[in-house]
Amino acid sequence: MSATDSSLLRPGLLGRATVNVVVAVSVLYTLLPVLWLVLAATKDRDALFSSDLLSLGDFSLVRNLRDLFAMDGGLYGRWYLNSLLYAVLGAALGALLSTACGYAFDKYRFRHKEKLFGLVLAAVMVPQTVLALPLYLMASEAGLVNTFWAVFVPVLFNPFGVYLGRIFSRGYVPDEVLEAARVDGAGELTTYVRVSLRMLGPGLVTVFLFQLTAIWNNFFLPMVMLSDQDLYPVSLGLYQWNSSASVSPEYYPVVIMGSLLAVLPLILAFVLLQRFWRSGLTAGAVK
Amino acid sequence: MTTTTARSRVPAGGPRTGDPALSASGRRARRAAGRRQSLAAVVLMAPFFALLTTVFLIPVGTALYLSFFSDDQPGLGFGPERTVFVGLRSYAAVLTDPTFLGGLGTVALYCLIYLPLMVGGALALALLLDSGAARLRAFAQLGLFLPHAVPGIIAALIWLYLYTPGISPVIDLFARADVTIDFLGIHTVVPSIVNIALWSNLGYNMVVFYAALQAVPREVIEASVVDGAGPVRTALQVKTPLVRASIVMVAIFTLIWALQLFTEPMLLSQSSPMISARFSPSMYIYDAAFTRNNYSLAAAASVVLLVCTIALSYGVTRFTGRADTEETR
Repeated sequence: MSATDSSLLRPGLLGRATVNVVVAVSVLYTLLPVLWLVLAATKDRDALFSSDLLSLGDFSLVRNLRDLFAMDGGLYGRWYLNSLLYAVLGAALGALLSTACGYAFDKYRFRHKEKLFGLVLAAVMVPQTVLALPLYLMASEAGLVNTFWAVFVPVLFNPFGVYLGRIFSRGYVPDEVLEAARVDGAGELTTYVRVSLRMLGPGLVTVFLFQLTAIWNNFFLPMVMLSDQDLYPVSLGLYQWNSSASVSPEYYPVVIMGSLLAVLPLILAFVLLQRFWRSGLTAGAVK
Repeated sequence: MTTTTARSRVPAGGPRTGDPALSASGRRARRAAGRRQSLAAVVLMAPFFALLTTVFLIPVGTALYLSFFSDDQPGLGFGPERTVFVGLRSYAAVLTDPTFLGGLGTVALYCLIYLPLMVGGALALALLLDSGAARLRAFAQLGLFLPHAVPGIIAALIWLYLYTPGISPVIDLFARADVTIDFLGIHTVVPSIVNIALWSNLGYNMVVFYAALQAVPREVIEASVVDGAGPVRTALQVKTPLVRASIVMVAIFTLIWALQLFTEPMLLSQSSPMISARFSPSMYIYDAAFTRNNYSLAAAASVVLLVCTIALSYGVTRFTGRADTEETR
């Protein structure tokens, strides 16, 4: 890897030990809370409060799982499906829209192009809390408050995806390919769908993954838009259950179990799509 | 929005700089090709710009509008509701509201602690991993990155439990050493929130820096070694300046996110009396809009937050930009 080839660069033994200790402590810092979540999910309520995490005597993982999906008439399963729907569908559609737009920014010339691109970049900066109230009022005008669409439509908007799309398009789709397709008489959109989109594949996956994370994490917008528990995503549902837990402690084990399950899809997505998002990070960082 | 961009679009390689040698039919063909390309650009961009208009431009405009107008209800709210222009009254109300100013102060303190820790910590870890001395690099990166896959609200939940006496093994350990620690006390609550954010994003930013460090040409580093620079000097004086673009990007994104502080305090407020409903500007906006139903106040607070965000991001860009030009001089 990086500097291993030049042995001159290697710090001395003491330096190396320090480096490894610092890195190891940092890794423990990031891993231990997750490990706590895993262990706590196997405990019943009493064991949870006795902080006796390592005793395996009261292993109640299965019972916690059963409780989780039975709590409040199986609401959790419903929330999970909602989250998957918002996140997977939203990220797929959003990534397609913003990548197409970024591609057009890269490959076509038109007036005010850089001004429009500046507008897109400015949108990255605007806090979601600023947009929430107007969006709520617009949705209520349109009769969409407390529906699937009130959450689904705003999360499609991903200006950073346009920025990435433009960079990927410059890096992955050579202009000569487009010229060749034009000489062959292929239509512009046909070329985009058949040729360019395929070359943009890894970039598209990166944008998808970024957006998937953002939507899965989304908490503020659903909180503003939704009052029907059946439409909640997992994040909002767990928030609500946790607020009940201070009154009725039987919610604690299900909140912990529910949190553990809610972490899994993103970990899975990151591991499966690892080689794509790494290139995406580089593109975003180095430009 | 989209229609105006369509009309003002100039075809790529269009016939404006008409080549006299080109025959009329050739010119016509080129113009047709240009039109086809314009059309393709419009089709590719229209959906995104429609979305940008509906969920960004109109809402920002609405927020501005709401901040200058207010619903006036004459006679105990029984008369017909009128919307009246109130000028800067809502802004005056927001900017003289001690709870809003307190929220701004809280976020300022939060940023002052969080930003240097985050950028410095992530960069330090990336440099350590890039130094060639670290072992199990792939595992370390994966471990550090893991919290990024944990949704913000769940990160806050995990840490809330780790801050809660009775559940937390951390407090238990401290208690065994006869140290009582209240993570959600008046002086500890902001650092406790910083810790949650740091835990969530440290690994992600480390990967960004690491990726940038990998792109540093090896010859540059070998040259510095030949010049007699040790590993620490190489890291700080050779590698760090070369990844400045990434540092600026991470700093700006961290700042933008930090200013929006909402999820973590919102969750912790369920368990800590130290966190009021107007703890941060974003919580103030939520409280004004959806608890007090004072839309013009919420809109004015939103615009103030937006202006702060833009000003600070611009400041970071300018600040680092100046450092940039000074160095090349």
